[in-house]
Amino acid sequence: MKLVVAVVRPDKINDVLEALFKAEVRGLTISRVQGHGGETERVETYRGTTVKMELSEKVRLEIGVSDHFVEPTIKAILKGARTGEGGDGKVFVLPVEKVYRIRTGEEDTAAVTPVS
Amino acid sequence: MMNLRLMVLLGSVLGGLALAEDPELSAADTAWMLVATGLVLLMTPALAFFYGGLVRSKNALNTMMMSFAALGFVGVAWALLGYSLSLSNPDGNFIGNLSYLFLNNVGLANSGAIVSITIPHVLWMAFQGTFCIITCALVSGAIVERMRFPAFLLFMVLWSLFVYAPLAKWVWGGGFLADLGAWDFAGGTVVHINAGIAAVVAALVLGPRKDFGRQAILPHNVPFVLLGAALLWFGWFGFNAGSAWGASQSASIAFVNTMFAPAATLLVWALIDLIRTGKVTAVGMATAIVVGLVVITPAAGYVSVTSAILMGAIGAFPSYFALLWRARSKMDDSLDVFAGHGIGGMVGAVLTGVFGQKVIMGAEVGYFNGLIAGNPQQVLIQAFAVLIAVVFSGAMTFVLLKLVGAITPLKASAKDEGLGMDVTQHGEEGYGNGEGAILVNTETVAPAGKARAVGGTD
Repeated sequence: MKLVVAVVRPDKINDVLEALFKAEVRGLTISRVQGHGGETERVETYRGTTVKMELSEKVRLEIGVSDHFVEPTIKAILKGARTGEGGDGKVFVLPVEKVYRIRTGEEDTAAVTPVS
Repeated sequence: MMNLRLMVLLGSVLGGLALAEDPELSAADTAWMLVATGLVLLMTPALAFFYGGLVRSKNALNTMMMSFAALGFVGVAWALLGYSLSLSNPDGNFIGNLSYLFLNNVGLANSGAIVSITIPHVLWMAFQGTFCIITCALVSGAIVERMRFPAFLLFMVLWSLFVYAPLAKWVWGGGFLADLGAWDFAGGTVVHINAGIAAVVAALVLGPRKDFGRQAILPHNVPFVLLGAALLWFGWFGFNAGSAWGASQSASIAFVNTMFAPAATLLVWALIDLIRTGKVTAVGMATAIVVGLVVITPAAGYVSVTSAILMGAIGAFPSYFALLWRARSKMDDSLDVFAGHGIGGMVGAVLTGVFGQKVIMGAEVGYFNGLIAGNPQQVLIQAFAVLIAVVFSGAMTFVLLKLVGAITPLKASAKDEGLGMDVTQHGEEGYGNGEGAILVNTETVAPAGKARAVGGTD
């Protein structure tokens, strides 16, 4: 089992979700975050106060997957989130020690396999 | 003081006798029109909230600023040139002349205007100006979330001069639609049909937003939408009752109709919602208020209160189903200016010909009889005026957009659209929290390619 953590552009999240659902990856968590990954900086002005926005809005996805789902998940995220410009985001793949499904108490692979 | 529009009309039919006799200046009329002008002006920021709430948060400022910008850009254009093009030249049927250019010959006396009024000419000019401003702002609803701001500013100013002004002349300035006997109390044709058709054309010329039809685009702040609808309703009392140009019986009936027609639309809309989906929606209710106001606008001072309630109730149906159809169509008239103002305006204009009556609730404050009062021909005249407005507004809007498009790109790039118009067009965010914002020396961020006169050392 792996935990796939991805940080993507907010305006690409719909494309990413669409690609993930097509790849039959169903269980996921997303959160709005702020981050910086080398994109061109934005300058904003509020009544004479000029600021450089170092942090951009991003969306973080966390997806626990069984081993044979790792590859399709990553492919779907890369396909959905890419624009080719700096700031497209990252995908991290982390090892997972243990997974439990709260409702049933199922463990590990059974816990990350979607119920139909 | 009676509204003397009929005399004016008869005068222009007889050939330019319109300015024969001016009535006395009335303090009461002036007092009401001072208030009414302020009320109508409030409608434009109100529209900013109505539209602003309906878009995504990344475009909130851009959408609201399209309305706010109209206050300045269209306001100044109106004073310098627009007013003269709209409402001068009593002998002309199609467009005003330059006799009021830069507000020449527009004074504090109640004489000198193209119509007979009992308030200072300059106040009447300002009152008419508030209509032009809101009309231009209405069009923005069709092109939000994608049109480049500078292109919109240029388009809006040209549109106010070459689409709004001639149409205002035809209907209110003794032009050929007035001569024909088409009646429009407060601007169903000039404001709402005009804006609604321009919206369709603008939506088609610009093309849809990149996400349109591919993903759900939802309102980011529904309370803003309700706030906007509330303030629009409040301002509309000035719009409709102020269109009597005085504190009169005519103003009173227009005022009361402005209260009850939207009430009926709201009620019917809520019931359709309830029957169709089992739930009454807030965005639906806010929309219903605006539709009801649009429908009663051309008829406000010409129909009885019961007729107004009927008009409001009938008016709910075409707009409700036009909205449903539009959302499934390929046309990205993003905030449904056509379904609300275009369809509502047409229904209102035609129903004005149905329900209009000379004697309203015991007083002769109307100017014509409609279908129900035994004059079926009026419906055809009203429909003809609608047709003229549709053709003219559509064709001219298309030409102006092509012209502006030849000068500067109309549409933002897909990348800018994705990032959001607030950041890309204005360098501001509606809901930024300042996290990660680093204060910079303003000297260092001069626009690329432009040297600053006083430079920093870095």
